[in-house]
Amino acid sequence: MNAAKTFKRPDGRKVDEMRKMEAKVGVVPNADGSASFSFGDTIAIAAVYGPKKMHPQHQQDPAKGTLRCNYNMLSFSVTDRIRPGPSRRSTEISKITQWALEPVIMIKKYPNMVVDVHIHILQANASTRCAGINAAILALAHAGIPTKELVSSVSIGKLDKQLVVDLNKYEEDWEEGEGATDIPITMTNSGKVTHLQLDGKITSKDLKEAINLASKASKEIYEVQKKALKDSLNIK
Amino acid sequence: MENKERKIVIPGEVVIKGGDYLPGEGTEKKGDEIISLRYGLAEEINRLVKVIALSGVYESRRGNVIIGKVENITFNGWVIDMGAPISSFLSLTEVPRYVDKSGLSEVLDIGDMVVAKIVGINARGIDLTIKSRGLGKIDDGLIVKINSNKVPRVIGKEGSMINLIKKEAGCNITVGQNGIIWIKGDKVEDELFVKRAILFVTENSFASGLTEEVKKWFERERKK
Repeated sequence: MNAAKTFKRPDGRKVDEMRKMEAKVGVVPNADGSASFSFGDTIAIAAVYGPKKMHPQHQQDPAKGTLRCNYNMLSFSVTDRIRPGPSRRSTEISKITQWALEPVIMIKKYPNMVVDVHIHILQANASTRCAGINAAILALAHAGIPTKELVSSVSIGKLDKQLVVDLNKYEEDWEEGEGATDIPITMTNSGKVTHLQLDGKITSKDLKEAINLASKASKEIYEVQKKALKDSLNIK
Repeated sequence: MENKERKIVIPGEVVIKGGDYLPGEGTEKKGDEIISLRYGLAEEINRLVKVIALSGVYESRRGNVIIGKVENITFNGWVIDMGAPISSFLSLTEVPRYVDKSGLSEVLDIGDMVVAKIVGINARGIDLTIKSRGLGKIDDGLIVKINSNKVPRVIGKEGSMINLIKKEAGCNITVGQNGIIWIKGDKVEDELFVKRAILFVTENSFASGLTEEVKKWFERERKK
């Protein structure tokens, strides 16, 4: 625990301190549901359309509804302009987001229909997929889609030998010692893991510790999400 | 939760604890807790707990009166677009008078608005009828679109709100459960006045004592 106290993060945060989070519901008036979520400089917006008829027709599933996610980074979201349009990376993250959300979304009762989730990253400073998932679940709830519970997503990092919460871009590119390991984790409010990725090297003991850190951080995120949903209605 | 008091709930939140509550629409029972599955307002009536959605697409129910637009004409009826995710169909046999199979477009043409009632929902789609009083083609008037989740507020308790607006403006108003409203008055000004009143209701749909607020709004508007 001593190492955790002396460890200095580049932006001065404590090892278990998250960047400032902000969430807002109803940011896209034309969508059936929408939300924005940010971790510091990382801003994601999500818009949900549907349930609506699935097109193309051959993708219709008469047994249950389909969730379709689309993750996109805007060309001005990073310091160097990125080429707009789908890429290998964004296709992968779209699929990952879909898998992270599917276990909690109850769309069995919408056969032949699709719920479209569009996630756009306005500004990127690492953890974009986590911000995207957090925004997406808020947008889905706002669209009135039956949901078992909310999910919260956070990235845990290992900088050299130290585990830290909510990586930023500088930390993601850590090169000292063992380098950086990035572990995005998505958890439900009751502590079930719906998504876990790992990029780098980690011992199984550290991984368990990382999941503990994630469950603590996801509680914080949940409070922000809950507040955003409750505050979006001003009942007098 | 106090009796009849409504509160905002989010998915996964415990609405109420205790063994003798029944889970209604949008809720689930887990042990002795009633858990919300949707984002909306939770209410409890006679120990039945349900969550009313406040946003999202229109969910069709049998018996609902809706207003839709004729999208297509087939050999035995009309395809109606009413903003629901599945397509709805008005069969030739559900029209109150005899129609020649070649004369479908004379009864309802593509683009016409129609007031219809949902008679059944199945895997293929929604079946509609216009075989009842007050249903049928809309010839003239004004169409206003609102969020379908706000329809109950526009109608009010036992029609109190809509009757108030009707009385104040002297217009005939038909509210479709899918959020499309047909206003028919003698003058266009009256119809536009009703439109403003309805938009006032939807903008303030969470205020308590809304009918009183609308009464005051009418007083203010009359003075202008």
